[in-house]
Amino acid sequence: MRSDIVFGQYCEGSSFLHKLDPRWKIIFVFSYIVGLFLAKNIFAFALMTLSIILLWVLSGIRAKILIKGLRPLLFIIAFTAIINIFWFKGETPLLPDSWFFQIYLEGIINALLIVLRVAVLVTGTSILLTYTTTPIALTDGIEQLLAPLAKIKVPVHEFSMMMTIALRFIPTLIEETDKIMSAQKARGSDFSQGSLARRAKALVPVLVPLFISAFRRAEDLATAMECRCYTGGAGRTRMNVLHSTWRDAVMLVAIAAFIAGIVLLNIFAPGYVFAM
Amino acid sequence: MGKIELHNITYVYGKGAPYEIKALDDVTLSFEEGKIIGLIGHTGSGKSTLVQMLNGLLKPDSGKVLLDGKDIWEEPKKIRDVRFKVGLVMQYPEYQLFDETVESDIAFGPKNMGMNEEDIVKAVREAAQFAGLKEKHLKKSPFDLSGGQKRRAALAGVIAMGPSVLVLDEPAAGLDPGARRRILTRIKDYQRQSGTTVIIVSHSMEDMAMYCDTVVVMNHGRVTMTGTPAEVFSRADELLSQGLDVPAITKVARALREKGVDIGLDIYTVNFAAHRLLGEEV
Repeated sequence: MRSDIVFGQYCEGSSFLHKLDPRWKIIFVFSYIVGLFLAKNIFAFALMTLSIILLWVLSGIRAKILIKGLRPLLFIIAFTAIINIFWFKGETPLLPDSWFFQIYLEGIINALLIVLRVAVLVTGTSILLTYTTTPIALTDGIEQLLAPLAKIKVPVHEFSMMMTIALRFIPTLIEETDKIMSAQKARGSDFSQGSLARRAKALVPVLVPLFISAFRRAEDLATAMECRCYTGGAGRTRMNVLHSTWRDAVMLVAIAAFIAGIVLLNIFAPGYVFAM
Repeated sequence: MGKIELHNITYVYGKGAPYEIKALDDVTLSFEEGKIIGLIGHTGSGKSTLVQMLNGLLKPDSGKVLLDGKDIWEEPKKIRDVRFKVGLVMQYPEYQLFDETVESDIAFGPKNMGMNEEDIVKAVREAAQFAGLKEKHLKKSPFDLSGGQKRRAALAGVIAMGPSVLVLDEPAAGLDPGARRRILTRIKDYQRQSGTTVIIVSHSMEDMAMYCDTVVVMNHGRVTMTGTPAEVFSRADELLSQGLDVPAITKVARALREKGVDIGLDIYTVNFAAHRLLGEEV
């Protein structure tokens, strides 16, 4: 029933971006977002567009997937665009004065730029992180980036282990929910009809077995981990050691160039100055 | 006309996705009323998918499911009624137990059917008896029962609805030999007394040989053989080539034949083999 849901949005691949070190990727994403918000004029926005096209080419992800990823945001994007078109007071009115409302050229440009920025923001971060990094690699990256915090007694390893386990068990629990729901449906449960209260009540026979099995799994997992002498993070080596490669260096230079480009264009390029 | 008939059923998982799997491919089958029918096939052959077609948990992509000659998807809103008539016990059904006492858990199905209080009590008692649960078990929490008892409590939960077809997906999986025999014997006795049509999915050839009137073999989403256990197990080569096994005694008969003692290849129970060896009529 829900077997068509793929958890996360990771797209299998072996592109340049897939091969980047997740630790660097997290840093890149934050830098990239900063760059996006620095952009102030049309030229900077052109550079932004160029950057997203480059990222797309580097990722080897089909455009269809990226567009699908934007679809949930369509409403917010359209909403901000409309607000900007009608509320922005510019200098170049487009409608005759007799109308009861006014639209300015600047408003339209402004709206387009906002739409562009949101689209690039969402697409760029998903290309850099979610589409090309497995959730496990991501938590690994986060753990190692936060490792210094362990010095001030933040249980970084424990948090990341919890996150990894949670991620690992989401598909399992979805499958389990499906099975239990089927079993109760076979005994006449009805999850789709009746009042809200009735439907909520119909979930009890699903939730109780689900929790019991989750606790059972947790206990089994804990036993299995103890059998393999797990004692937490201290002194533990890793099977997959993260390595920075020339690719990360190339990407680092590229991102630095991107931010520098945006700043320079902001300062030196003439033209319309984005007003928000 | 069979009790349940499948006509050209096709079902695909993950339609349109790159990992699309054709679980059932043009399956046509008829399950005869009042019989115990065994469904065998290796993992991924489509057995469990087929079983979920029978009570409308899954809707076929194409084809029809007829219960008593009537298409079950004719009125999709009334699919619940079909589920009460075709009782399905899923794999590892003990994981569906949820209520405070075994009694109220067994009563869950009948309650959903809208039975009145008196009938529910009666149905629960009868079902528990069929499943071999004693009075003292009924007041316990289902989580305090042993593995085999939990399994039988779950079975009782379906039997209590009084279905005219009882479908069991691997009812004995993971049980020790004693519990295994108990649950299968209970099912057979229940079938005899109630005249219910029973469909059992299993990996165990011995169980199939012992308990079933008809055996259906599936492979890659298709039905490859149907017949009595004698008919099916005499085609051991085909079964083996489909990644399935035959009962140990069938293997003995084949080995004997190779050594020059031919007692026939349609042997599938030890008793039957003994009769043949002694030259008795069965």
